[in-house]
Amino acid sequence: MKKQWTLTQDFLKGFWEQNPIFVQVLGMCPTLAVTVSAINGIAMALATTFVLVCASLLISMIRKLIPTQVRIASFIVVIATFVTIVDLVMQARFPGLSKALGPFVPLIVVNCLVLGRQEAFASKNNPLRSVLDALGMGIGFLMALFVLGSIRELLASRTILGYQVLPDAFTPWLVMILPAGAFLTLGLLMGTANWNAMRQKRNAEQAVLDRYRKTTASSV
Amino acid sequence: MELLLIFISAAIVNNFVLAYFLGICPFIGVSNKVSSAFSMGMATTFVMTIASIVTWIIYYLILQPFHLEYLQTVSFILVIASLVQFVEMFIKKVSRPLYRALGIFLPLITTNCAIMGLALFSITREYNFYQGIIFAVGAGVGFTLAISLMAGIREELELAEIPGPFRGAPITLIVAGIMALAFSGFAGMI
Repeated sequence: MKKQWTLTQDFLKGFWEQNPIFVQVLGMCPTLAVTVSAINGIAMALATTFVLVCASLLISMIRKLIPTQVRIASFIVVIATFVTIVDLVMQARFPGLSKALGPFVPLIVVNCLVLGRQEAFASKNNPLRSVLDALGMGIGFLMALFVLGSIRELLASRTILGYQVLPDAFTPWLVMILPAGAFLTLGLLMGTANWNAMRQKRNAEQAVLDRYRKTTASSV
Repeated sequence: MELLLIFISAAIVNNFVLAYFLGICPFIGVSNKVSSAFSMGMATTFVMTIASIVTWIIYYLILQPFHLEYLQTVSFILVIASLVQFVEMFIKKVSRPLYRALGIFLPLITTNCAIMGLALFSITREYNFYQGIIFAVGAGVGFTLAISLMAGIREELELAEIPGPFRGAPITLIVAGIMALAFSGFAGMI
């Protein structure tokens, strides 16, 4: 029972509680750069998730063979290998997307999120837990990129994933395509996420206090 | 003249941080104090310049003649990682306080996308050797400028009354957004 719980926990924590973007603030460069539209965000997140899962699996399998001194270099070689695979496959199968994402596909190799998970999790845990952790983080990353991409696409060209959502009367916000729009949207989203987390924490504390008051009142 | 244009374009008009979103992690992480932000910028500029020279040599003298272009990502990142290791040892030896100030972020220059991005950009833009170096110095100066400006603003923000949830990363991103807007005013220069 306990074991099952840890596995679920490994998987789920990346969704919200330890969301790579909103909470851990990792992997910001691709997040800000490619989210001009929702589809770019999804493609980027899927590519990153693939690299993250494969690298976590491999590294957790060979974690006992890697000497600690050269671990970072070894992680990077493993990650770079999978990134090269993704890059070549994308160039061959999805030339349009590959062009739109530009140098940001090879740049997955320096995404702090990928290296961070290897260092913090995969190098210390067994393959099953590492893959679950990587999948969870990947999905959390996907959600963050999708939300950010949708908001920017919606306000800049009235569409989400190419389907028109807002009426023509809505004046597109040009700033959302510009780099400034990315920074502002992510800043506001992150602030909202923090606000929500703080409110929940306050509510939980209040609930504990209330219960305490009730028990003391009844005992007196 | 052309070199000057490349320099200005990399440093101001197409600032790496504010226009290409490269090097955001240190931009948010190390921009608390102007002094450490400035040294982070200098360290990055230094690594960038050497990295551009080394990656140029590797790409045009080794990978291209042997048709090994697909090894680009792997070989670049390895070179950059070992360079950073070297810079880290160098700074540790020369200046202890600086080493302590940059702390965890020195090894993180390895995963600083600005350096890898710079190497990739100069390959895709087919810069020659000198153009590549100027591009690297320009990008480094631009990075130092952006991170130092941000640190200056954040030192003032410490005293401002910011709503609780927005303290830290969110307000930094919003300030960066406003800075990016200001920098987009340079777009007409070139």
